[in-house]
Amino acid sequence: MMAVLSLHMALGACLSMVIAAVAAPCLQSNPTIQRIALSALLAISGLLAVVAGFTGLISGGGSITLPLGLPWLPMHLRLDALGSFFLLVIGSLTLPVSIYSYGYLSHEKKLTPLAIFLPLFVLGMMGVVLSDDAFTFMLYWELMSVSSYFLVTHEHQYPENRKAGFIYLLMAHMAGLLIMGSFATLYAVSGSFEFSAMREASISPLWASVAFLLAGFGFGTKAGVVPMHGWLPDAHPVAPSNVSALMSGIMLKVAIFGFIRITWDLMGSGDFQWWWGALVLAAGSSSAVSGVLMALQQHDLKRLLAYHSIENIGIILIGLGLGMLLAHFNHPTLAALGLIAALYHTINHALFKGLLFMGAGAVLHKTGTRNMEKMGGLIHRMPWTSGLFLVACISISALPPFNGFVSEWLTFQTALMAPQLGGALLTAMVPFSAAMLALAGALAATCFVKVFGVVFLGHARSEAVADAKEVDMWMKFGMVIPAVCCLLLGLLPTLFIPLLDHVPQALLHTSMLSSLHNHSWVWLTPMDAERASYSAPLALIGMLLLGGLAFWWLHPKGNHIRRSKMWSCGNPHTHARMQYNAASFSQPLRRIFVDLYQPEEHEHAERHKHALLTTRVKYIVHVSDMVVKQVYQPIGHATLWLAKIIRHEHQRGIHAYLAYTFATVLFLLAVFA
Amino acid sequence: MTFSQQFAQQIIDGMAALTLLISFSLLAQHRMLSVLRWFAGQGLLLAATAAVVAYSTGETELYISAMMTFLLKGLLLPWMLWRVIRKLHVHREVEPLMNSGITMVIAVAVTLFSFHIIQPIEVTSELLTRNSMAIATACVLLSMLMMITRKKAITQVIGFLAVENSLFFAAIGATNGMPLVVEIGIAFDVLIAALIFGLFFFQIRNTFDSMEIDTMQSSLIQKDDDE
Repeated sequence: MMAVLSLHMALGACLSMVIAAVAAPCLQSNPTIQRIALSALLAISGLLAVVAGFTGLISGGGSITLPLGLPWLPMHLRLDALGSFFLLVIGSLTLPVSIYSYGYLSHEKKLTPLAIFLPLFVLGMMGVVLSDDAFTFMLYWELMSVSSYFLVTHEHQYPENRKAGFIYLLMAHMAGLLIMGSFATLYAVSGSFEFSAMREASISPLWASVAFLLAGFGFGTKAGVVPMHGWLPDAHPVAPSNVSALMSGIMLKVAIFGFIRITWDLMGSGDFQWWWGALVLAAGSSSAVSGVLMALQQHDLKRLLAYHSIENIGIILIGLGLGMLLAHFNHPTLAALGLIAALYHTINHALFKGLLFMGAGAVLHKTGTRNMEKMGGLIHRMPWTSGLFLVACISISALPPFNGFVSEWLTFQTALMAPQLGGALLTAMVPFSAAMLALAGALAATCFVKVFGVVFLGHARSEAVADAKEVDMWMKFGMVIPAVCCLLLGLLPTLFIPLLDHVPQALLHTSMLSSLHNHSWVWLTPMDAERASYSAPLALIGMLLLGGLAFWWLHPKGNHIRRSKMWSCGNPHTHARMQYNAASFSQPLRRIFVDLYQPEEHEHAERHKHALLTTRVKYIVHVSDMVVKQVYQPIGHATLWLAKIIRHEHQRGIHAYLAYTFATVLFLLAVFA
Repeated sequence: MTFSQQFAQQIIDGMAALTLLISFSLLAQHRMLSVLRWFAGQGLLLAATAAVVAYSTGETELYISAMMTFLLKGLLLPWMLWRVIRKLHVHREVEPLMNSGITMVIAVAVTLFSFHIIQPIEVTSELLTRNSMAIATACVLLSMLMMITRKKAITQVIGFLAVENSLFFAAIGATNGMPLVVEIGIAFDVLIAALIFGLFFFQIRNTFDSMEIDTMQSSLIQKDDDE
């Protein structure tokens, strides 16, 4: 009964998105009602998805066949543990974003396209996690890709937005092609589009590898795994911020879902080859480190956050890769731990990255700029936004007591507890990936010290920022929800992990509940208490105690704070631009990783009469994405070169065309006669 | 198989061989007028073949197509082309695109290839004319080769018409001729195509002062650049 109910609620969530998309053009004449309808239906959909996800995880979902789609292939939908979890992820971000959007879109002039494509986008994502046959999956997948293209190019009056949209569309279609190839392989083996038949078909190792590679590259492109991430840092910043929150928060996760669905579920659970796990682990490690390294050098706030999405996808993949390796070497419990770590990080990243993009959107909404070098001092003008943004910063930097720490800690535990696996390569690889994860975590913390320091602390660097106001209550409320969830998921992992545990139970037929049940809810013990344990509530109490003591010691009663003019090294004039800014904060790291960044630096000093009398110094530094430079541009050039040759062939004379015809006739005769 | 049928088959095979020979000579000729002469010869031979097939199978409709072929392909089209050549003063076909030795080698290879691919069909066929299928295919390919290797527009038109001739020959060989309605239709198409080609030749000469395709192309490209 519960199972069917949860599926029906999921269908209700989809239906409300359909209604929203259909209603949007009808309400065009009254933008206020249009906005209310959009937000309300999105909120209903998000709420239903959350409830359906929870009940689906607890009671297992049902399946249903809708009489839609192709005549010989009706639409198969099913809500299983994996789908329920991702539905929960989708709902838990859609709900706050819908409330936030009500405030964010209040001054939006072109509301109708957003009001049509935003529900379609959410519908696409929900459909993907619900689908139970390859055709339905691809249908919703493409709906998601195409509608998000229209969201990315929402402000299409700017040429860079159109360019970003084009690259996004191109890579999304390449990804779709690869995924279709993967499904085609599975179809050839099983003879059916339905997932249930694909699960039962026995697939030879060679074809399994083909399907794995196609799925890996296809979903990896969509998830933004290095080096297929080229579209991501361009597309995320130019979309409206509420859309960026959804794209970064959950669209990338839907790609992760697809990858887990094909490799962990459809191709036989836990039946991996050793190099699959190694490849995923390598991709995850490189994405994590290169994502955060590139993020450090950005001064566009949303672009920086986009690079952090690449990093976090890398962290999720490290968990998955470890799980795949451990499952191959017959450590199912540890494999389940790796999967749970990855899933935990999935929902964590959805929450805090959604919150970060909403915060960035709030700043953009009130100051009109994404350039961090023009911000500063916003903590006095936007205290709510600053506080909530800080919560997300701490979460993404993996510091206790927030949720980022729990999932990264679980990933670490998986790597550290992994016994020696076969071969020197793997033995070296697992600790190496843990080291990369540690490096990424430290660099992420550095990066968010920079973000928070430059954007919210100090003095305003431009007029628009100095006049900024706090956002309205809807946007505040929209940001409070994920912040609270971040704290709860950080404090109570022991209550949430039993829910998550249904996924490895379904996929690997193992569970890690036994070790959890042995201890109270205060302690999180992935394996056994002697090896590792973590208690978030105790950590919070300890931090509060220490912090209170330190405050009491530094500011004893009666010691008033004295305010006076800042010492400026004897220079009579101080200026807001004398503060540390984004470029100067990241300068040491630019020196350390100079080989990876290869920055282009230009320095120009204007002097007045004498070599020592410098009047003006200009310093420009530009760090470009090496992968884009080394991989994408050559591919682009090669394509153009090839097109040139073909164009030349097109312009040949009538003799050449006759010769082509002649050769074709001969060829066809030779082949078919 | 009766004696007369055997005899008819011998004759048809002999005519097919002659057709192939003419295709080769079309390919080998350099002078415009001799190309035209061989083309007319091919048309006459085609008409004769149709008549022989009509006689040996007793299909009266084929007599009509033989008559049409004789008038159209044997007399009318060669005469029209001859008029064009005389008015445009393009008696010599200068410099073919490919050395004629190489062309001949390719032509032999193409002929062998068509015999090779037609073999499985010949085994199963019971028609009198089954041996001519391979030759007809070879003739189609050789006429196409002629279109590729020649520079002048007129020779290409002759090549096109030769392809049509070979197809007609293939139709006689494979099915004892197409239905009369279809054949009349095709005949008119060819006639009108030839008329249009003729008109175009005059127009082209007036516009480009040349009948060489490369010259037309370069002046077209120049025009594009000017624009």
